[in-house]
Amino acid sequence: MSGLVVEPNLTHVDDVYQWLVEAHAGRSESESMRLNARLILLLANHIGEPQVIRQAITCAASIAEERTSPCT
Amino acid sequence: MGAAAGLTRGVDGSPIPVWRGVGEAPHPATDRERATVAIVGGGPIGLAMALDLGRRGHRVLLLNRLDFISAGSKAICFAKRSLDIFDRLGVGDAIMGKGVSWNVGKVFWRDGDAPIHQFDMLPVKEQKRPGFINIQQYHVEERLYEAASGLDKIDLRFGHEVIAVEPRSDGVALTVRTSNGEYAVDADWVIACDGCRSPVRTMLGLDFEGRVFEDNFLIADIRMQGERPSERWFWFDPPFNRGQSALMHKQPDNVWRLDFQLGWNIDRDAAVAPENVERYVRGMLGPEAAFEPEWYSIYTFQCRRMEHFVHGRVMFAGDSAHLVSPFGARGCNGGIADIDNLGWKLDLVLRGEAGEHLLATYDYEAIVTADENILNSTRSTDFMTPKSEVSRALRDAVLELARDYPFARPFINSGRLSTAVSYPSSPLNTPDIDRWEGGIAPGSPALDAPLAAGWLLDRLGGRFVILTDGWTGVERTDAEVVDLAAMKTAPLELPCQRYDLLPGSAYLIRPDQYVAARWREPTPERVAQAMRRAKGLPS
Repeated sequence: MSGLVVEPNLTHVDDVYQWLVEAHAGRSESESMRLNARLILLLANHIGEPQVIRQAITCAASIAEERTSPCT
Repeated sequence: MGAAAGLTRGVDGSPIPVWRGVGEAPHPATDRERATVAIVGGGPIGLAMALDLGRRGHRVLLLNRLDFISAGSKAICFAKRSLDIFDRLGVGDAIMGKGVSWNVGKVFWRDGDAPIHQFDMLPVKEQKRPGFINIQQYHVEERLYEAASGLDKIDLRFGHEVIAVEPRSDGVALTVRTSNGEYAVDADWVIACDGCRSPVRTMLGLDFEGRVFEDNFLIADIRMQGERPSERWFWFDPPFNRGQSALMHKQPDNVWRLDFQLGWNIDRDAAVAPENVERYVRGMLGPEAAFEPEWYSIYTFQCRRMEHFVHGRVMFAGDSAHLVSPFGARGCNGGIADIDNLGWKLDLVLRGEAGEHLLATYDYEAIVTADENILNSTRSTDFMTPKSEVSRALRDAVLELARDYPFARPFINSGRLSTAVSYPSSPLNTPDIDRWEGGIAPGSPALDAPLAAGWLLDRLGGRFVILTDGWTGVERTDAEVVDLAAMKTAPLELPCQRYDLLPGSAYLIRPDQYVAARWREPTPERVAQAMRRAKGLPS
C-alpha cells in the first residue's frame, strides 16, 4: 500500500479548482455541506485504501488546527 | 398495560410487570449457609450461567430479588451465537421452537417503498441455526428457568434479595433477605448477573463509566394478525416519523415490536399516551390497521462498562458489567457471550485443573467483547442520531447516494447486528506456525457445518476437542478427538473447506467452541503445550 500522495499528482489543477467552486454556486451552506459530504464519500470509495483516507483526514485536520503538518 | 398479570416495584421504584410468578423459595433452615458458587440475579444471564455450571456438575445457588419472571419490553433479538450456546446448554430446541427465525434486514429511506439496502445475517449457509430469532425475553427466561430447575445441582431461590456483600480473600459473605428474615451465605465465588443497576456493583462501590445518549425512543409492542415477512425493517426519515428513524420486528404470538425515535426534548408522558402511540402505529402500518396494545414504553440508553469484570472472588456478567444501546442486539447477546466464556474457565478452576489466573482471561476476553459491542453500538447511534450539522450531512449523503450507487450502501448503519467476537490477541491462543488458506484462526469461534448426521457444533459440545481429518496420534483424558475422516458416511467437503482441514491437520477447540490452536503437522507435544496455554497454565 502506498501512502497519501502530497507531491503534485494532478494535471489541469485550475480546471479542477474551478469545478469544485462552481459545484457550490447557488447552494445554501447546508446544501454545500451535503454536496461536499457526497463528494468525500465518492472519492473515498474511489481511493479504496482506508489508511490513505485516514492520513488525509489527519493531514487536513492538523492544518486547520495550525499544528505541525504530519502530511509529509 | 398488556399481558401483565400484576405489577411490583423495581430497584428505582418504577413498576415491573409480571409474566409468570414462580413464588418465593423457602427460607433456609439454618441462618448461615455455604455455597461453592452463588449467582446473584435470575434473568437470562444468571439463569444461563447457573445452567452452564450445573451441567458441568457444580453446585450452584441462584438468588433473585423478584419472585417472578417479569414481562415488559426487553431483549427480543437472539443472535446465532447465543442460539449455539443455548444448544450447548440443552435449551436450543425449546427456544427455537418458540422463536421467529430471520436472516434478512431491509433499510428504507423517506417515502420509498423499495429498500435502499438489504443485508443477510447468515452469509454462510448450511448451518444449524439461523442468523437470528426474535423471541420475547420472558419466553427465553422461562425456558432457562425450566431447564435449571430440572437439575439437582442448581438451587433456584427467587424472592431472595442480596442486601450485603462482604468480599474476603478466599470467598464472599452475602446477606440475603426473604419475607421471613435474613440469612448469611459464605460463597467461594459470586457471579453478579444482577442487571444494569447491579446492587452488587453498587454495594462494592465499583465504577461504571460511560456515555449517556440524548435521545428518546418509543417502543410499541402490538398484537396484530396478518402476513408480513419475518425480516428486520428499518426506516430513516419515513413519512410517519419525519427526521427520525423507526424499526419493525416480528415476535412470536403475533406480537410486533415497533420502535420510533422521538428526539431529546419531548414530553415523555404525552409521548407514551395511547392516542399518541397509536398515531405512530397507524402512520407506519396504515390508517386501517387493526391491532391491540401489548406494551408501550419510552426508553433512553447509555453505553457503559466496568473497568474490570473480575474483582477477587466476585465476577460480573451481562448488563451489570456492560451496557449498550439496543441497536445491534448486543445487550443480552453480549451477556450470553460472557457466561459462555466464564463457565468453562470457572469449571476448570473449581476442578483444580487450572489456577485462578485463568479467570483473569475472562476479564480480558469479555472486555474485548464488551468494547467491540460498545464501539458498534456507539457508531450506530451516531449514524441514527447525528450529533452535529456535519455529521448529519455525512449521514444524509450516505442515504442520498445509496439509492443509486451500490458503494454507499455498506455505509448505512441501522445497527451492526450481534455476531460472535474474536480474540485474536488472547493469551490463551497458540499462534499459527503453518500456512492456512482461510479456515478459523486461533481466537475465533468455530463455524458450524453439516455432518452426515447432525451438526458440527453439536458434536463439539462443551469440552476441549481435537478436530482433525485423520490424525490419530494423540490420546488425552482432557480432550475428545473428533475425527472427520472416521465419519465414513459424512459429506466432508463443507467442514473440511470451512476449516481448511487437509488430511493430517488438526484444530484444538476450547470448551466454548473457540479455536485455541491448529497445526498442519500436529504432535502430542504441540497439543500438550497448546492445552496448557489454553488453560492459562505456565508452559
